[in-house]
Order: sequence, then structure tokens, then C-alpha cells
Amino acid sequence: MPPVLELRGISKAFPGVLANDHIDLALEEGEIHALLGENGAGKTTLMNILYGLYTPDEGEIFIQGRKAEIHSPSDAIAQGIGMVHQHFMLVPVFTVTENVMLGVESTRWGIFLKREGAAQRVQEISEQYGLKVDPNAYVEDIPVGVQQRVEIIKILYREADILILDEPTAVLTPQEVKELFVIMHSLVQEGKSIIFITHKLKEVMAIADRITVLRDGRTVGTTKPEKTSLEELASMMVGREVILTVDKKPPQLGEVVLEVKDLKVRDDRGDLAVKGISFDVRAGEILGVAGVQGNGQTELVEALTGLRSVEEGGVHILGTDTTHATPRKILEEGVAHVPEDRQRDGLVLSYPLLDNLVLNTYYLPPFANGIAINDRAIIAAAKERVEAFDIRTPSIFITTTSLSGGNQQKTIVAREFSRPIRLLIAAQPTRGLDVGSIEYIHQRIMEKRDEGCAVLLVSPELDEVMTLSDRIAVMYEGKIVALLPAEEATREELGLLMAGAQRLPEKVVA
Amino acid sequence: MAVEREKERPEGAEKPTPRWRRFLQPLLVPFLAILTAFVISGLFIILSDMEVLSAYANLFQDPGQALQATWKSVSTAYGALFKGSIGNPSDLYRGLSALAETGDTTLLRKAAYPLSESLTNSVPYIFAGLAVALGFRCGLFNIGVEGQILIGGLASVWVGYNISGLPWFIHLPLALVVGALAGALWSAIAGYLKARTGAHEVINTIMMNYLAFRLSDLLLTDPRLMGRPTGTPMTPQILPTAYLPRLLGSPLRFHAGFFMALGAAALVYWFLWKTTLGFEIRTVGANPDAARYAGMSVAKNFVLAMGLSGALAGLAGANEVLGVTHFLGGGFSPGYGFDSIALALLGKSHPVGVVLAALLFGTLRAGASTMQIKGIPIDIIQILQAMIIMFIAAPALVRLIYRLKVEREVTEVVFTRGWGG
Repeated sequence: MPPVLELRGISKAFPGVLANDHIDLALEEGEIHALLGENGAGKTTLMNILYGLYTPDEGEIFIQGRKAEIHSPSDAIAQGIGMVHQHFMLVPVFTVTENVMLGVESTRWGIFLKREGAAQRVQEISEQYGLKVDPNAYVEDIPVGVQQRVEIIKILYREADILILDEPTAVLTPQEVKELFVIMHSLVQEGKSIIFITHKLKEVMAIADRITVLRDGRTVGTTKPEKTSLEELASMMVGREVILTVDKKPPQLGEVVLEVKDLKVRDDRGDLAVKGISFDVRAGEILGVAGVQGNGQTELVEALTGLRSVEEGGVHILGTDTTHATPRKILEEGVAHVPEDRQRDGLVLSYPLLDNLVLNTYYLPPFANGIAINDRAIIAAAKERVEAFDIRTPSIFITTTSLSGGNQQKTIVAREFSRPIRLLIAAQPTRGLDVGSIEYIHQRIMEKRDEGCAVLLVSPELDEVMTLSDRIAVMYEGKIVALLPAEEATREELGLLMAGAQRLPEKVVA
Repeated sequence: MAVEREKERPEGAEKPTPRWRRFLQPLLVPFLAILTAFVISGLFIILSDMEVLSAYANLFQDPGQALQATWKSVSTAYGALFKGSIGNPSDLYRGLSALAETGDTTLLRKAAYPLSESLTNSVPYIFAGLAVALGFRCGLFNIGVEGQILIGGLASVWVGYNISGLPWFIHLPLALVVGALAGALWSAIAGYLKARTGAHEVINTIMMNYLAFRLSDLLLTDPRLMGRPTGTPMTPQILPTAYLPRLLGSPLRFHAGFFMALGAAALVYWFLWKTTLGFEIRTVGANPDAARYAGMSVAKNFVLAMGLSGALAGLAGANEVLGVTHFLGGGFSPGYGFDSIALALLGKSHPVGVVLAALLFGTLRAGASTMQIKGIPIDIIQILQAMIIMFIAAPALVRLIYRLKVEREVTEVVFTRGWGG
């Protein structure tokens, strides 16, 4: 029997990059085929070709053994290919059914929607695959994990047999990931075939039937989970040996650097997002803040760094009250901030790399004498930092947009770590980065801790928090629901706490 | 096969572009845009010429005549444009030979009049274009340059006629500084409103324009304020001590303001790219979130950029009164402020680009009057300007017309980020 889907020799070039270079991929019926690769390896380009968003320069696509021409997403849908994008395409104020119908509405007399039939179909699909979705719920009221199921229902409703899931776990809690995997299993049991795009190795090992690894636009190889290991996959992705664990020495605790008391912060809509939390971070330790995104972590970090005003409570850094200090004052206290959204807050993408390397120290000597900027000093420092932090770039004058995500993040780290700092606030420091860069950033953070810097690490990635932290705080709905030593924490327990479960009282550490 | 594929892969390091290409590349699209604009405006010239149209009515009987009429019409128009802005080549030649033979400059000065007019016209354009460009760099859309020019001109002219007894080396700089300050204060109001309340600067500056127009009406018509006793809506003449010196002698109006404008362009370049203040302004313009993150005050920079933009606009007005008109009357600025928005876009908000674009606009304006004398509607010039801007604003269109390959542009220019700004 031919594969359900076969890609043969797909190539696609963009100006200056060969995004896909003769890629072959075969998807068997009823399998979960993981497409693994770092950012920029060509996964997304390949899937966009398959979904008709790009036309390949070379190569052929076969569906059920027949050559297929896919020029647009509607061609793809007609061929039974459906895609769940990383960013959902849902209308929040519509119900689940309305969202599912969108684009393929059945109507009465051409203008009146026939909701009943559609709602029933949604119900059927939902039951058949164990998706558990209320057809009449409004999308804005349902959690992200359920929204994702709506996206899956959308493509099943259009009778897709081949499902492409683009980084589907990026937005989910550990529990939701488990549920998604159950759904994926029931989908393949019903005869569907799935392409699962990701750069998370553990997930691939847990769920995939076969794994194809891409690197630099080329197929490195196809393997099976039982025949490979995390280490092997990582080195296939990166092209060299990768150390997945971080060497963690026992912490050398020093003085209290960051002290937060009863902090309350409002979000953009004016609601309390941080509802009175207290903690402190000492020199030489990493306090990890775990939690599903949107539980007040963003507001917490912004308040600590002076970017958001504090409603109530106090923040002290090395004894100085910085509750209402300006961002610059806080920077000058020796606080480094690796922002959650590096492209929005951390970098000016249109600037050449060298300007971003001095983005918050440009006014200090030697980079400036009075108001005159000293280009020579900036160039010298930039060259040094590019070297020291292994930023891969052809030149320090290149625009920052053209750097990869990993190198952009290294740019921020280089800038922040080159100042004398006492406190590092790192929000999602490895978000969207590839294995190689994650390894690098983790090692750098650990080095800072060992040098005696206090580190506040905020991340929704449990693995990251657990690998790096000395203590772990779990945030849920604006509160710290648990604060425990890292060695006591288990994945399962943290996962439950992140989802709002109460901790057993005797285990709470004040 | 595998070896071949290896060859096809792009090199990590791109071939370095030769120096001349790097220099000419950014000029290519504007040049083609201007060319295209001239061609299309030519069509409008033909369409607006009744003689040509009637010749076309007999196109099939006498195609020669139709073509001849077309050529005549377009060549007259563009010939007039050229003569009015650059000069008549044979006059220039005669002037030069007279200078060489007798040392008499009268003929040459006469022949150079169009060129002098072009340069003189470009002075307010340079200042106003720099004003808009500086705003753009901070992410601000200063629509109020027209009003700021007027305010600067009013302040400057007041100093020019009202304060007497000063030597020129005090009076002239004073008049200029007061003009710049007035423009700065006027536009800083809009900056302050934006920084403080988030009120959008486009709305604010448009409204401030109306205030400036009506304020000037009031001041000019009332003899007790700045009007003349006769009741004509114009101010008294400024004192000669406040004149910006005319450098080439009568009848040429070319004045020292031209070099001031070039100096201002150099200063703006230095300020934006070589000082910490400029770095902050550009950062706020490019990414206000990152600017805040880096400890810069977005509000402060809005006010500063708006103020400096207004100062440059004020200087545009001051230069016109002190260098050209020597008084201020109704219809003082023929839309320099509004043209300068397009001009700043044309110059990609870069001081050098602004100077080049201003020279183009100044030239077109000088040529326009000669075209008008030849019976060609002045609107053609406006159409021409509009076409140039349209094509500049749509580089993809120009590339399509001329089948240019898309270069991976390194766009550093940041335009304002729409209404949310």
C-alpha cells in the first residue's frame, strides 16, 4: 500500500536561503510522524508547501499514491489535508459550532445559517475522537487546550485525513499535553494520519511512531523512538553532541538580593493580575517561577523591572526600595532583565546588532562622552561580546532581524551579562529556541548563579524550571500557591499545582 | 548529484557588493519613480492641451500632425520647466563668455536667475523636510509643520521689524533663534499632549495648524498687532539688520539660508546618529517597548522630538521672511509644510535624502512659474509631485514596471506605526 502522503525531493529557496533542500517525507496511514528540527530547519516552510501557501521550486507531492497539485489551502483541504496552526485562527466571540462552520457554512435559502446540523456534527466528532467540547460554548470562555481541540474539530469537520499539528504543545499545560496525546492516539486509531511538528525531544519520544529530523533545510534521517535516544535526536537536530543536563553545584547562598512583599499589580485591563505575593531571592540561588502563561507572571516581572506600576506592596533590591523606581534606576541597581518577548521588549530589530548590544548602556562611558556617542568604543565592545557569547553573525553591522531566534537571545544575554549585575530576572529565556541555544543559555544562567548572582527564572516550561531552579514557586491566578525546594518537587505535583490543585497543607513551605 | 547540490547551496558569507552599487542602489528606485512620473504627467499635459486633442481627432487622416502636436506640447511644457528651474543653456553660455571677456557678471546673473530661484525655493523645503523626518524617526507624524512654519515666521518677522538699533550680527541671529523657539514651543504642545494624555499627534497637529492659520489672520489684519496701518494683511518690512544676506547680488535672491539649511541637515544627521539623545529618539521611534525596557523615557523623547521638529519648521519660516520676503503676508507659505511630508518620505527620512528631495521640489516649484507663463496649468506640477510621491511610496510598483529584481533591502527607516502609535 502506498503511503497516505509522500513528499519527494521538495526544494524551496528564498532570497539568500535554501529553506528546503530536496526533502523526502513519507507518511503512512494511521501513524504519528514527528517532524523534528530546530527553528529555521525548514519545518514550517515544508508544511506551508504542503498546505498550499508556498509553491515548491522543485519536487512532487503524492497523496494516496497519486500525484497532487496543491496551489492553495483550499486545494489542500480538498485533498484531505488539515492544519492546526501554532496560533489559533478562532473568533473569540463565536461559539464552537460557529467557529467550526466558518467558511463552510450550511445555509437555508442562502442567507440563514443552519446551526443545528452543524452542532450535531460537532457533537459527533467530539464524541468519536474523545475531544470533549461543548458545541455551544463561546470560544473566549474556554481554556487554550480546549480551543486547540476546536481547531482539530474544524479540520475533521472538513473531512481531513491528514492532520498537520504545528507545535501544538507550545501553549499547553503538562496535563493538557497528556490529554492532547490521548486525542492524537484516538485519531490515528480511527485511521487518521498525523504530522506532528515540534522541537521538543521528550514529546517526540513519547508519542511519535516515526521521527524525521530536519536540519538546515535537509532531511537528516528518519528513525523510530525505540531505536533512538534523546541524546541522539538532539545531536541529529543540532549537528553536534549536545549536553542535555546542566551541571548544578550546591548553591552558595548569600544575602537577600530581591525582596518582594505583598505585591499587587494590575494588568492592562485594570484587573488584579498579581494578587499579593511575597518571596525573596538570595545571592547564589535560582528561584524558578512555574505556572501556565497568563497567571500573572508577566505582570510580576514587569512590576519588578519598573515597566508596570505597583498597586500595593513593596519591592526591595539589595535593601533599596525600588517599588516605584523607573526602569533605568532599577537597571542601575544591577538588575538584568531577559524579557519574555525578546522581539518586542528586548531588541530593536531594525537596528544593527551592535546597537542592540548597548541598548541600555549607550549613555554610559566609554560608549558616550556627554551626549556624543563613541562609535569606536561601541564597535570594540560589540566585537568582544559577539566573540564571548558566541553570537553567530557575519558582521556586527547586520540588522538584528536577520539573526536567528537563538542568536537574538544570545544578543540580549550578552548585553545583560556584560554589565555588573546582582540580580537576573529571566522571563522565558529559552522560549522558541532550539536545543543548542537552550543548552547555551542554561549554562550561562547557571554560571551567573555560581558567580553569586541572584536569579529569578520565570518559565512555563516545567523542564526548564526543574533543571535550573534551587527553589520553585508555582503561580496560579496571581498567587504563589506553593514554594518548595527543587529536590522535593515532582513533575506530577507541579503540573497539578499549575492547574490549580491545592497542595497538601503539611508540605507547604512558607 | 550530492556534490552538485553542495555547490548550489548559498554561501554563508554573501558576496560583498561593490561600493558604487551600494551607493547607487538606493537611488535607483527614486530615479525610476521620478522618470515614470514625468512620463505620466506628460500624458496629462497632452490631455490638458486642446490643440493636441483636436489634432488627435484627425489621428487617422493625419497621424503626423497629432504626433507633432504631442511633441510640441510636451516639449514646451518640460522645456519651460527646465528653463524656469535650471536656466536657458545658451543664456548661461553667453553669460559665461561675457564674464570671461569683460569680467561683467550682469548677463551671467540674469541667466542664473532660474537656478538661483530653485536653490532659494529649496531652503524652506530642506528645513521643513528635516522637521518631518526628525518626527518620523521618533515615530511621530508631524502634520503641523505648515502651522509651525507660520508661527516661526511670525515670531521672526516680529523681531525683524520691531527691535531696532541692534547690529546685524545680533539682530539676525536673534530673529532666527526666536523663530526656531516659537516653532519649537508651538509643536512641543502637541508632543506634550501626546506624551501626557496619549492624544494622537496627527489630530493635535492638524488642529494646531488651524490655530496657527487663524492666529496669523488675526495678527496680520489688526494694525495694532502686526498688521500695517493701511489695513492690508501683512506685517511691516523687517529692518535690513535682520536680513539674511543675499550672496550673489541683485536680481538673484539666493541667500545665506541655503548654507544654513545644509548645515542644519548635517546637524540633524549628527544629532540622530552620533548622540545619545538621537539614539534615544530613534529607539523610541523604532520600538517604544524596547526603549522603555532600556530605561529611556518615551514621553520625554516625544516632547523633545516634537520640539526639535518644530524648531526646524520654525527656521523654515524664519528663513523665508529674513531671506526672501522681508515681511510676512497672507499666503506666506504655499504649502511648504504639507509638501514636506511627501518630501521626507521621498528622502526616506534621512537628512541627505531630504536635501536631495528638497532640491527636486524647489526646482519643480521654480519651474512651475515659467510653465504657467507658457499657458500650462500649474496643476501639472502638483500632479507631477503627486506621481513622484506615489511611485516612491510604492517601490513594488516601480520594480514591476521596470522588471527589477527585489533586493533584500535593509530597511532601517521606521515609519509611524499608525493610529495606535
